[in-house]
Amino acid sequence: MTMKSTQNNLPLQEISHESDLDKNFGKHIAKMAHGEKLFGCIQCGNCSASCPMSVYMDHTPRKIIAMIRAGFRDEVLSSKTIWLCASCYNCTVECPKGIKITEIMYALKRDAILTKNYPKGFPIPILSRTFYNEVKRSGRINETSLLMKYYFSYNIFKSLGYAALAIKLFFTGRLILFEKGIKNKAGLKQMLSSSKN
Amino acid sequence: MKYLYFPGCSLKSSGRSYEESLLSVLKKMNVGVEEIDDWNCCGATNYMAMNERNAIGITARNLALAEKQGKEDIMAPCAACYMGLLKTQKYIETEPKVKETVLTNLKKSGLEFENTSKVRHPLDIFINDISLDTIKDNVYAPLKGVKVACYYGCQLTRPYATFDDQRDPQSMENIVKALGGTPVEWPIKTRCCSGSMTSTVSEIGLRMSYLILKEAKDRGADVMITACPLCQFNLECFQGKMSGKYGENVKMPVMYFTQLMGMAFGLDKKELGLHRMLSPELSLS
Ligand code: SF4
Ligand code: SF4
Repeated sequence: MTMKSTQNNLPLQEISHESDLDKNFGKHIAKMAHGEKLFGCIQCGNCSASCPMSVYMDHTPRKIIAMIRAGFRDEVLSSKTIWLCASCYNCTVECPKGIKITEIMYALKRDAILTKNYPKGFPIPILSRTFYNEVKRSGRINETSLLMKYYFSYNIFKSLGYAALAIKLFFTGRLILFEKGIKNKAGLKQMLSSSKN
Repeated sequence: MKYLYFPGCSLKSSGRSYEESLLSVLKKMNVGVEEIDDWNCCGATNYMAMNERNAIGITARNLALAEKQGKEDIMAPCAACYMGLLKTQKYIETEPKVKETVLTNLKKSGLEFENTSKVRHPLDIFINDISLDTIKDNVYAPLKGVKVACYYGCQLTRPYATFDDQRDPQSMENIVKALGGTPVEWPIKTRCCSGSMTSTVSEIGLRMSYLILKEAKDRGADVMITACPLCQFNLECFQGKMSGKYGENVKMPVMYFTQLMGMAFGLDKKELGLHRMLSPELSLS
């Protein structure tokens, strides 16, 4: 089977031998997503048809399910598709086989982060990580602090496009500069287990 | 009638007018609200993308805090918080391993947890507890001739909510009718607004929200109402940018459904947070 990745700016990898496939990948993802049903996919394409993001994706949701099953591990994990999934649950509601596609996309995001396979420099994983750390630190999200940190790790110049909006939000009292976070930060820390996923 | 209120982070900052209008409208109808003490962020979509157990864990803390505070139902106005709370309850019910970790961690932090609270969105509360008749009784200035596009977005009705239809919800339409207004028919009311993509991959994010505004305008809506702070932000705050980028004027009033209710109830603009809005004002004449 030959399969060439067409996405921009991403390392291209060509799979030309069965031996390049990771046969256990499907089982691994099914376990992470609590979704053995993924093996029952009939490739009907309802998920892709109902997905508002599929036109922007490098692989449609239907294709991603097929690729997971076949073991195209690196292609799947480094795709932009999984990060473009906005978790809108359209696919999950429309799948005739009860496959929890949204949860599979989440599992892929986690696996891509764990194995450091996500597209480098792509903004969405950076926002997720920044958000995660902000909550861990203070217990609540302060949008000002979140976005400052995000633009700092992503691209500080991109924030300039939002300066005018930030000023308007500030003057309508919608941009809070300081947020002291929750009282019982130790209690929240206890909820964060050390487990990796 | 009383509810335990889980505001979430947005309702304390960029979505303040949602909190202001919701609380004002509930007060007008004599419904009591008590904020859950020391609640933490629900993690939104980002926690699930990083670490599943922790995503479920931090939300379970909120559920446990609510149980400690009372037996009343939890009211969660943000669609992402609402969905996250429902999802956490479901996971704890169906995934024994996740449950075990969460319960152990809760115990360590001194919290008991039975997973017995009911999680409700204000729309559900307005329709099923308060009733459309009570809403009608409170109308002071009926929205005569006002055409309203009711926008639900994604996580409010999918995949766990049961109070309305997942594909063609009617809660907001029914409220608009009770207020004397006219809901417009439009097929994309549960299409996703792109979430946080307006600030990460803005070429895609802005386009997704633009399509929703354009459709509402094409259908002759005078105003669009929302029930989620993120949808509201995307549809309200980038109208100028989108109109320039896509060469079509999509400027229109976009507001929380609770603000529209408050206007029909004759409440003061400030009480409804209307002075904070960045989209054009809806004039009722
Ligand atoms: S909708 Fe379900 S069965 Fe159909 S292609 Fe998508 S995952 Fe497979
Ligand atoms: S949840 Fe993700 S994959 Fe499914 S329809 Fe929405 S954006 Fe597409």
